[in-house]
Amino acid sequence: MRAAQLALIAYLLMPTLHGQGKVSVLFQSDAQWYLEDEVLDPTGEFYPDEEFLGQGHALITYKSGDFTAGFRYENYQNVMLGFPTGYRGEGIAYRYAQWQQGDWNFTVGNYYEQFGSGLIFRSYEERGLGLDNAMDGVRLIGDLGNGLQIKAVMGRQRLYFATGEGVLRGVDLGWDLTQPFPKLSDKGIYANIGASFVSKFQRGYDPILNLPNNVGAWAIRGDVSKGLWNWSSEYAYKINDPSYDNGYIYRPGQALISTLTFAKKGFGLLLSGKRIDNMSFRSDRNAQQFDLFVNFLPSNTTPHLYALPSLYPYATQINGEQGGQVEVSYQLPRGSRLGGKYGTLFVLNASIAQSIDKQALDDGSMAQAGSMGYQSDWLKAGEVPYFQDINASWSRKYSRSYKTMLTFYDLRYNKTVLIDGVGDAVILDSPNMDSVIHVQAVVWENQFRLANKQTLRSEIQLALADGYRGDMAMGLLEWTISSNWTLAAQDIYNYGHPTPSRRLHYPIVSVIHFNGPTRFQVGYGRQQQGVFCVGGVCRVVPPSNGLSISITSSL
Amino acid sequence: MKQFLSLCLLTFSLTVVSQGLPDVTIQTLKKQSIKASELTHDGPMVVSFWATWCKPCISELDAMADYHEDLVADANLRMVAISIDNARTSARVAPFVASRGWNYDVYIDANSDLRRAMGVNNVPHTFLLNAQGEIVWESNRYVPGEEEVLVEQIEALAHNEKLKLNRGKIIRGQSTQQ
Repeated sequence: MRAAQLALIAYLLMPTLHGQGKVSVLFQSDAQWYLEDEVLDPTGEFYPDEEFLGQGHALITYKSGDFTAGFRYENYQNVMLGFPTGYRGEGIAYRYAQWQQGDWNFTVGNYYEQFGSGLIFRSYEERGLGLDNAMDGVRLIGDLGNGLQIKAVMGRQRLYFATGEGVLRGVDLGWDLTQPFPKLSDKGIYANIGASFVSKFQRGYDPILNLPNNVGAWAIRGDVSKGLWNWSSEYAYKINDPSYDNGYIYRPGQALISTLTFAKKGFGLLLSGKRIDNMSFRSDRNAQQFDLFVNFLPSNTTPHLYALPSLYPYATQINGEQGGQVEVSYQLPRGSRLGGKYGTLFVLNASIAQSIDKQALDDGSMAQAGSMGYQSDWLKAGEVPYFQDINASWSRKYSRSYKTMLTFYDLRYNKTVLIDGVGDAVILDSPNMDSVIHVQAVVWENQFRLANKQTLRSEIQLALADGYRGDMAMGLLEWTISSNWTLAAQDIYNYGHPTPSRRLHYPIVSVIHFNGPTRFQVGYGRQQQGVFCVGGVCRVVPPSNGLSISITSSL
Repeated sequence: MKQFLSLCLLTFSLTVVSQGLPDVTIQTLKKQSIKASELTHDGPMVVSFWATWCKPCISELDAMADYHEDLVADANLRMVAISIDNARTSARVAPFVASRGWNYDVYIDANSDLRRAMGVNNVPHTFLLNAQGEIVWESNRYVPGEEEVLVEQIEALAHNEKLKLNRGKIIRGQSTQQ
């Protein structure tokens, strides 16, 4: 198999020898030398078996005319702490060939794809989190004319260096209505509608449960823009899909997301709401953690930009949640008396997420394997609060050499659900075990322009919490010496941790060097235990102390 | 393994700098699908990959906003901002951009197809293309002050483009006379 892959690569490179086509390379390598820290990790619970762990990848892409092919070599020797331990060894984990023929695009091998907003199908990668559920199979994308586009996919999903058991087949139709009805755009109206269907096949073997071999899911969506307004919605439905996630119940899944925005120069408004009920969808019903997700259920909260508020992240509760978000942003105009020369920006954001209504079935059972699980009323809210975030920021640039930003946060964070992973039913049975942490935080950021094109950026952060991590303060200084060199130092002091022995400092110093497209970063210090998120997906990061090295480059 | 490394070395040695934007579908803020390869300009064009959750990206685009109007007028600049926000945050992009007063051409690459095709590992990542669609400069970071480097590159490119244009006119003029 490996010989065949190498032969394919060599074949793909042949035209390059003759000056045809183009090759691009993307490279990243990360490593960490771990030091034992008896204060941070007294029992050595998190200390790895090896002092030095490293991983990396290189994506090599060849393109010639309408033909593209590429592969990604990955190595984990061994995988770094906090990444999924399923990544072991090295090999070519991603390879594909793609060509365009008229209005049709064909892909064989690995590919990433998304239907609508991903409620029933999204294959994607987040390398920073170690997430990759690339499809391995075939894909067809075609333009049918009059604004109608079709996508068809078939294959299995990547599971580390193998593929999952389930086979996925899906089709998506999207229709840009302004093409068959040009009068719409004449009136300033842009409208799209779409529908998709995905089927999962996995044989069911269970002595007690009659597991479905095929699970189907469908979704419809619409998007309309007129003038400064935009409204976008998607509804998804999945037939019964007993799985590890839902406790092997037979209840169908549903999801609805709707968003309204208004965007005018100097003013922005966003209103969104969503409801998710039993929508975990994986290509293996027994998969856990981040493995083999077929769909993507976005959370309705805003990712935080600063370190201390980011210690309280939110990710969608796939078995059920409802919530909403509102964001208003306004810029006092540049040159106005109040706005100053460069304008002043205010942003207010509020979001909430909580459980959905869940009632016992008519026979009195609740969430029992093999049953329909529970009953739920769309018009009723659940009783378990998951997350609430109200934050407001003010930012102003006073001159070319000084700008500042101040942000306040008021968070309610259900640690029992979001960190400990306890389900609603358990909490409702024992209401006193629910631990909702109230966090109030403030961040003040300043940026100064110094002589010789140097800059100094500082952050002062304070987070006061009535439990869990307790009170914390943080200071950061980032000194850009030149366009090639940056030095940064920060310290988080967890001075109010409920356990006195955990009232620790977490200092980190880093040096970043840029050389053309190559970026080197060396850091040394303590990383506290927490949850690291990118784009709404999170993973738990264990505490560590040591020297980290990261190199990124492209050609 | 040796074979593989040899192939990698061969690949590196044969590397040709990529040109123009790939033939990948992205979306406008009105959710209209377009091919990135259709994004062309008869002068310097900046293509900046960013996200609403990326602090350095926002700082960079904020910083460039101070120069944008002048660069459009003086250097014939087209500024394109490609958001890699996924379904969680992509709806924020339009109000986010509007409230900051950014006058850039903003598109959404919700599943990172263009990002992958252009070899972008992390954001921010900024490319500068000439009128022929060739990438003449790129940067995979933003640190305060970096915008001045980009502005210098844009101005230098615009100056060269003008020289080329004038040279072309002169040559064409001579050939006409001959």
